[in-house]
Amino acid sequence: MIEATYNGVHHEEHQGELSFVRKYVFSTDHKVIGIQYGLTALVLLFFGFCLMMLMRWQLAFPGQPLPIGFLSKWLGDARMPGGIMAPEFYNQLGAMHGTIMIFLGVVPLAVGAFGNYLVPLQVGAQDMAFPKLNMSSYWVYFIGGVIMLCSFFVPGGSAQSGWTSYPPLADVTPQSHSLFTGQSMWLTGMVFLITSSLLGSVNTITTIVQLRAKGLTWMRLPFFVWAQLVTGFLLLLAFPPLEAAGVMQLMDRLAGTSLFLPSGLVVGGKALNVSGGGSALLWQHLFWFLAHPEVYVLILPAMGIVAEVIANNTRKPLWGYKSLVYSVIFLGFMSFIVWAHHMFLTGMGTSINAFFQTTTMIISVPSIVILTALILSLWGGSIRFNVPMLFALAFLPMFGIGGLTGLPLGLASADIHLHDTYYVIGHFHYVVAPGTLFALFAGIYYWFPKVTGRQLNDALGKIHFWGSLICMNGIFLPMFIQGMAGVSRRLYDGGSSYLHAQNVLVLNKGMSYSAWALAVFQLVFILNFFWSIFAGRKVTSDNPWEATTLEWATPTPPPHGNFLKVSEVFRGPYEYSVPGAKRDFLPQNEPPEA
Amino acid sequence: MLEKLLGLPISASEHAARVDRLILFVHILMVVLFVGWILFFFYTLIRFRKAKNPVADYTGVKTHASSYLEATVAIVEVLLLVGLSIPFWAWKVSAFPTDPNTVHIRVIAQQFAWNIHYPGPDGIFGRTDIKLVDEQTNPIGLDRKGDPHAKDDIVTLNQLHLPVNRPAVIEITTKDVIHSFFLPVMRVKQDAIPGMLIPIHFVPNKTSDQLREDEAITVTLPTSKSIDSYVAMEDYKAKDGSVLVKKGRSIGAETAAKLVENGVTQVRIGPRYAAEIACAQLCGLGHYRMKGYLTIDTEEQFKAWMQDQEDQLGD
Amino acid sequence: MSAAIEIPYNSTERPDTGLYNAKLGVWLFLSSEVMLFGALFSTYVLLRTGSETWEHGAQFLNVPLATINTLVLIISSVTMVMSWASLKMGSLGKFRLYLGLTILCGAIFLVIKGFEYAHKFEVGLYPSTSTFMALYFTMTGLHGLHVIGGMIVNSYLWGPGSRMWQTDPQRFTNRIEVAGLYWHFVDLVWIFLFPTLYLLPGK
Ligand code: HEA
Ligand code: HEA
Ligand code: CUA
Ligand SMILES: [Cu+2]
Repeated sequence: MIEATYNGVHHEEHQGELSFVRKYVFSTDHKVIGIQYGLTALVLLFFGFCLMMLMRWQLAFPGQPLPIGFLSKWLGDARMPGGIMAPEFYNQLGAMHGTIMIFLGVVPLAVGAFGNYLVPLQVGAQDMAFPKLNMSSYWVYFIGGVIMLCSFFVPGGSAQSGWTSYPPLADVTPQSHSLFTGQSMWLTGMVFLITSSLLGSVNTITTIVQLRAKGLTWMRLPFFVWAQLVTGFLLLLAFPPLEAAGVMQLMDRLAGTSLFLPSGLVVGGKALNVSGGGSALLWQHLFWFLAHPEVYVLILPAMGIVAEVIANNTRKPLWGYKSLVYSVIFLGFMSFIVWAHHMFLTGMGTSINAFFQTTTMIISVPSIVILTALILSLWGGSIRFNVPMLFALAFLPMFGIGGLTGLPLGLASADIHLHDTYYVIGHFHYVVAPGTLFALFAGIYYWFPKVTGRQLNDALGKIHFWGSLICMNGIFLPMFIQGMAGVSRRLYDGGSSYLHAQNVLVLNKGMSYSAWALAVFQLVFILNFFWSIFAGRKVTSDNPWEATTLEWATPTPPPHGNFLKVSEVFRGPYEYSVPGAKRDFLPQNEPPEA
Repeated sequence: MLEKLLGLPISASEHAARVDRLILFVHILMVVLFVGWILFFFYTLIRFRKAKNPVADYTGVKTHASSYLEATVAIVEVLLLVGLSIPFWAWKVSAFPTDPNTVHIRVIAQQFAWNIHYPGPDGIFGRTDIKLVDEQTNPIGLDRKGDPHAKDDIVTLNQLHLPVNRPAVIEITTKDVIHSFFLPVMRVKQDAIPGMLIPIHFVPNKTSDQLREDEAITVTLPTSKSIDSYVAMEDYKAKDGSVLVKKGRSIGAETAAKLVENGVTQVRIGPRYAAEIACAQLCGLGHYRMKGYLTIDTEEQFKAWMQDQEDQLGD
Repeated sequence: MSAAIEIPYNSTERPDTGLYNAKLGVWLFLSSEVMLFGALFSTYVLLRTGSETWEHGAQFLNVPLATINTLVLIISSVTMVMSWASLKMGSLGKFRLYLGLTILCGAIFLVIKGFEYAHKFEVGLYPSTSTFMALYFTMTGLHGLHVIGGMIVNSYLWGPGSRMWQTDPQRFTNRIEVAGLYWHFVDLVWIFLFPTLYLLPGK
């Protein structure tokens, strides 16, 4: 049957029958969908960054008019009265920056783009298990994104209660039963985004379980595939409670229920006209039950990419492959029982608190095991410092800083002081920005030749790398100092009215300059990206990095159906520098010599 | 000293040292790990670069030393957890002071202010009812007419006074959305959640005057720094001996000019409010300005302040 | 899109996992549905334990109608199984009959539910009336949406989708099995909703 299929591919290519729309817009080919995801996510990532650059002006120079006149004018008086940012607008930007970065940027890029493009290739499949479902998951994501973006333009502007949308604030901001308010649209958008992720995860998991090529046993799967598998389960099981919570908050906002509103609220001097009897903390439990696993959704695919790039560029197998796999599975399980470490200060008793502190400390161990294994993998290698490798290497200490600063937050008694300060902001940006984003950059530089047939420019890549590394640290390192000093997050004026912030206020300027400089280095990347698509150096081989995993056994770029012949796998994923072998890499699909 | 090392705010409560110590210990662990890893990391990168090591070694690291390292980290984490963090939490949520001298206070947060509610001389909080809320005259809806216990209650806006060295128990709630009651110098933070009344306790051990002394800075006049929120730490006199600014008074632009005229260019100033209440949870567009003031009084100062408040109730 | 790519294990089972793709897919999907309704039931428990009083659903919800609805859904689950069995025995006609009955049962359920809703509104019970009513409308509403979704899928399989019976009967039978699993799940959710909302005494 499979034989027949491959004939089918050839047949189709002869006919060239697909219309442009079917081929590039409503395509069911996992690679096209992956690229759609990737481009959309990159654009939105950059957009999320732009929101932040605007905020960083207000943080560095609170109350001063934006020097870019036409931008203030375009944003209008409701948002930038007299060119000075309104507090409401600051809060909108903050909430939307968080939401866009996480749900419209990194997750679609790490899971939607990399997962979609690579998982079928790495397991030797011709496509995802459910191609139509795959297409719909992209379009559902797209609609969710459009709803989110449109919400900027409704009266009152977008959501402004943080990406965490805690009620009662989110229930009553603004107080309106209309669907066309920022918060209600945020919730609606989230329902779409969650649905999209659910469809995607069903697809990824099924593909990995069912469509593995002959001989590709579990312990021969590339680590990237394992990471995607665990990620799939996190999305599958953690997202629905937020979907339920989102629907309930919509009920509160649209139908006037009070699921999250306790009795006796007085808002703006008036008793709130609702039945009461709800619970504000209920939302937090449902939200963090999703959002903690969510943060591992942000990091696991990144770890997977880093593992691939490191194995390839050290020219040796990953150290402790099995411990990596077991750790990532364990991490997946544990991530469901640490959520309340975001809620230490909501009035918990000792035993519940002790439970969540302990699970949080436990969950740090598998991360340490994974990172240690990756660092030890370098030992004995023959390390090539190309651009993907630089990004992957930088990921290690950057994630290290982010992860280590998670420890004081996880110890509840230390979190008393650090909770909701810039320390938290610093912690998680180290893991998501110079952590995850760097891993994603590594992945883009690494797989670009497979997708386009051309290399990204090396020199520009190095400028992009060093510039980003320095600027990222310039932005996020001072946050720990501010956080220690007790500066709260989400402050419209960056803390300038607080006494305890006075000594660390100047840092705001340096951070902002770093952020804007970072943007300049991203322009280098964007330039490189588009220039290389059309004029980059052509690769001469289907396997330019001399890698071992199956995606490199395809033509470049891989055609519809991916492989020219049925894949069969004979060995583990990282057989580099095998003693006695002719070359320093043995592709998974190369039959052993008799 | 701990706080200086870590860049924490000044500490002014008995338990602060316990929090700071935990923060310090965990940071020592972090720094040791990070430095160890990063040294190994760079050493490896240099030693095994392609130019130096053209052929990779299939096996790589052969020892299992890393397992011991991981186990050690886990053990240290357990020590911090069991030795410091969990016991502190148990103290925080259950070891409420039984001392009869304890000050009892309620804090009712609202967008964007802190209502501080003292029970008054009778020591009993009066009844509150949301129907009685009037933002101007009665922000917490105290039933002064109906409940005899409410008569002597004191409600202040954004002004929290505590006597030094006496335990304070503060019950925290909110009228509207979630806020977070944060006293940086006390190492106290507690979310204010609607529908819940959450108690916290601590013992302030430094007065505002002492804190002001600790936080005093010397500025050179004329200065571009905004010193509106500062007061002079000592009397500054003109050449003729007349006092230009008294200790504890603020130095306006005019006085500053006069001081310079009289050759006083170095002045020591301290913050008028040596400690603040910050809101740590996003609570709407005014979150950033939801600031209150904490004053730690000596016993006499506190009594006097209380009396003052009671007197104001009278009229 | 094109028939060119034939994904393996669409109609046959993969030997080492013992599953065909759609079956694994639907089980995964259902596990996420369990989390969805799990969150709603947890909400019910949390809000109920957190409040001083709680309504007894039977006092203002229509228990007889809901009992009928429970029976209707149980019958529809039986007919759903029969439609699958009919395909197994090779009879498209019987399959049509039973699946048609399943869809009909779904419709009856919704109509009855519609009457219940309408009555609530008439007597002035809205989602905003109380926490109980909020949960009642949210949970039954979301369940209702699931019923509608199931009916749409079933209708497709009854009508245009059944053409596959001619080209790939095995795969078509699988589809009915998978649709059936989903339908049973929706049924099961109701079996939990009914006692929770209608029968549990208040406090
Ligand atoms: C990718 C995302 C990600 C990751 C991986 C983590 C990882 C961890 N996080 Fe973090 N976290 C977030 C994203 C993430 N977090 C976000 C977004 C928030 C804020 C949400 C909000 O409020 O808006 C948050 C907030 C947050 C809090 C709540 C703080 C508060 O609000 O008060 C806590 C508390 O326990 C916490 C703990 C941890 C811990 C213990 C880990 C551990 O898993 C970390 C374990 C890792 C290590 C210990 C590092 C080991 C490193 C090495 C071995 C490498 C060293 C290498 C070299 C030097 C070369 N996190
Ligand atoms: C994945 C998550 C993620 C990422 C990547 C980032 C990235 C960044 N974040 Fe953000 N951030 C959050 C998630 C994230 N953030 C969240 C959840 C919050 C909390 C919100 C809340 O309070 O509710 C937050 C809050 C937050 C704050 C605090 C605001 C406040 O409390 O008031 C600040 C302040 O400086 C900040 C800054 C930045 C900066 C400078 C970056 C930079 O690192 C950005 C770097 C961006 C890029 C490098 C863009 C890359 C894209 C391209 C180069 C495009 C290429 C395009 C093509 C080729 C087509 N973020
Ligand atoms: Cu109140 Cu922030
Ligand atoms: Cu977390």
